[in-house]
Amino acid sequence: MATTFAEAEDRVAVSHAARIDHVSKSFAGPTGQQLVLDDISLDVAPGEFVTLLGASGCGKSTLLNLVAGLDRPTVGSIETPGGRPALMFQEHALFPWLTAGKNIELALRLRGVAKNERRGEAERLLELVRLSGAYGKRVHELSGGMRQRVALARALAQDSDLLLMDEPFAALDAITRDVLHDELTRIWRETKLSVLFVTHNVREAVRLAERVVLLSSRPGRIARQWEIGIPHPRRIEDAAVAELSVEITEELRGEIRRHGQH
Amino acid sequence: MASTDTTTEAVAKTDDLAGLEAGLDALDSVQVRRTPVREVLGRKVLPPLVAVALVLVVWQVLVWAKITDEYKLPPPAAVWDSLTTMWLEGTLLGVLWTSVSRALLGFVMALAIGTPLGLLVARVRFVRAAIGPILSGLQSLPSVAWVAPAVLWLGLNDSMMYAVILLGAVPSIANGLVSGVDQVPPLFLRAGRTLGANGLRGAWHIVMPAALPGYLAGLKQGWAFSWRSLMAAEIIASSPELGLGLGQLLENGRNNIDMPGIFLAILLILIVGIAIDLLIFSPLERAVLRRRGLLVKS
Ligand SMILES: Nc1ncnc2c1ncn2[C@@H]1O[C@H](COP(=O)(O)OP(=O)(O)OP(=O)(O)O)[C@@H](O)[C@H]1O
Ligand SMILES: [Mg+2]
Repeated sequence: MATTFAEAEDRVAVSHAARIDHVSKSFAGPTGQQLVLDDISLDVAPGEFVTLLGASGCGKSTLLNLVAGLDRPTVGSIETPGGRPALMFQEHALFPWLTAGKNIELALRLRGVAKNERRGEAERLLELVRLSGAYGKRVHELSGGMRQRVALARALAQDSDLLLMDEPFAALDAITRDVLHDELTRIWRETKLSVLFVTHNVREAVRLAERVVLLSSRPGRIARQWEIGIPHPRRIEDAAVAELSVEITEELRGEIRRHGQH
Repeated sequence: MASTDTTTEAVAKTDDLAGLEAGLDALDSVQVRRTPVREVLGRKVLPPLVAVALVLVVWQVLVWAKITDEYKLPPPAAVWDSLTTMWLEGTLLGVLWTSVSRALLGFVMALAIGTPLGLLVARVRFVRAAIGPILSGLQSLPSVAWVAPAVLWLGLNDSMMYAVILLGAVPSIANGLVSGVDQVPPLFLRAGRTLGANGLRGAWHIVMPAALPGYLAGLKQGWAFSWRSLMAAEIIASSPELGLGLGQLLENGRNNIDMPGIFLAILLILIVGIAIDLLIFSPLERAVLRRRGLLVKS
């Protein structure tokens, strides 16, 4: 990514890519206000890869939407000093009326990139996700894995310091997902992005992250955090990944069991 | 920096990943194939031709069987004679043009009014609450109902025709756009917002293109309503100043008890309606749906 010296200094100057400060969120439910997120405080350091792990319905997407600015917290505040974060959804969310290349160019255009630079930049981003030939392809002509890679390229086109990902690989088969894990790790290390990645797959969390944050359910609270020191390149079947996954799974099961006790 | 050894190793690993990915992409991609012309002819063109031929045969057999008087059921040949007579007199194209040009011009006006109206109803809550139900209700009102007031308000002239077309077609076009906008998946709106497409930019880059299929369906129906409304107006309100259109042709047939003429007029009305749909709206709709992968090949 073309970064001027001043910009690079700017990025060093801030101590966090996202700061979630005592955030709570409740929705109006059938039985009055339903507290979904309770007093969450979390910093994502510049260049850090954090995964948010939690059971289904614990509020992971809700938290990500808050960070993305799609919704407002009931209590607390969220800062993203780098501007509007990029967001990748579980579904690819590519626009079917545009080709893969034009999807990326739309993101560039909305960011304010000049017309004559868009094509080249889009092709560079497609190359980054290794889809150089896909510029003119329609969304429905791409496989599931290719769609998610185009979606990743479109998210990167926003040139944000912070990339939010909401279970982006959940709908893919295991082989494709494994390949995309490698891709994402490579791109993250190349671009020095901060990533906040949501998943309920423990191994995926450990495989990808520098730090895993476990959310409890109902209401969602930060239950525990792990720093993952396993060196890259990692593989999902590595012994170290498996070992830590077992530990985290135990903890996650404990969290879920607590709900059955009353 | 890493040592040379690990660098080459890393490069080999990256190549490996790229190869794996290329393989997965190739295995998983959809092959798009164009249908050959022969198949199109056999599957799309032949069946309707067979159906038309069958109708003609049954018609002729009924005439031969003399199930009713010949002035009530003329043979196909008599209708063909009417057609060739009109062609030789040089009136056929004039009659067609009178009606088709009216309907198309009326349709374009309906488009110009229906589109902004639909956008207003879809996006402004107050407008929707105020006129949304009326607009959908109007669709079920037969446009013939408008002919009487239109004649009294505007007199026997072209503006009365256009008024009837507009009252028939505008609700369809506006409603098509409204349902198109309503059916835009919320995911697209959220994706648009994270990319920075809010307000007008969101409407232009996300909502409008996403609503296009619904809008086109509305246009298609709008055309059908334009054509029907015009025919109703032409049949009921005939006057020498209005020129001879297909509706008047039908009405003249009735006045002269000229059954072949009536059959010819009905057939022409049907054919024009189908032809415009086949030549303009269906290809447009199919092109849009195909580009989005929404056209299921049977
Ligand atoms: N707009 C809303 N209105 C009311 N309740 C909501 C809303 N959005 C989310 N919720 C509730 O908040 C809770 C958390 O939802 P959320 O989608 O954040 O969970 P999640 O952790 O992402 O789950 P999953 O793993 O299934 O994606 C759920 O119980 C859900 O019913
Ligand atoms: Mg979710």
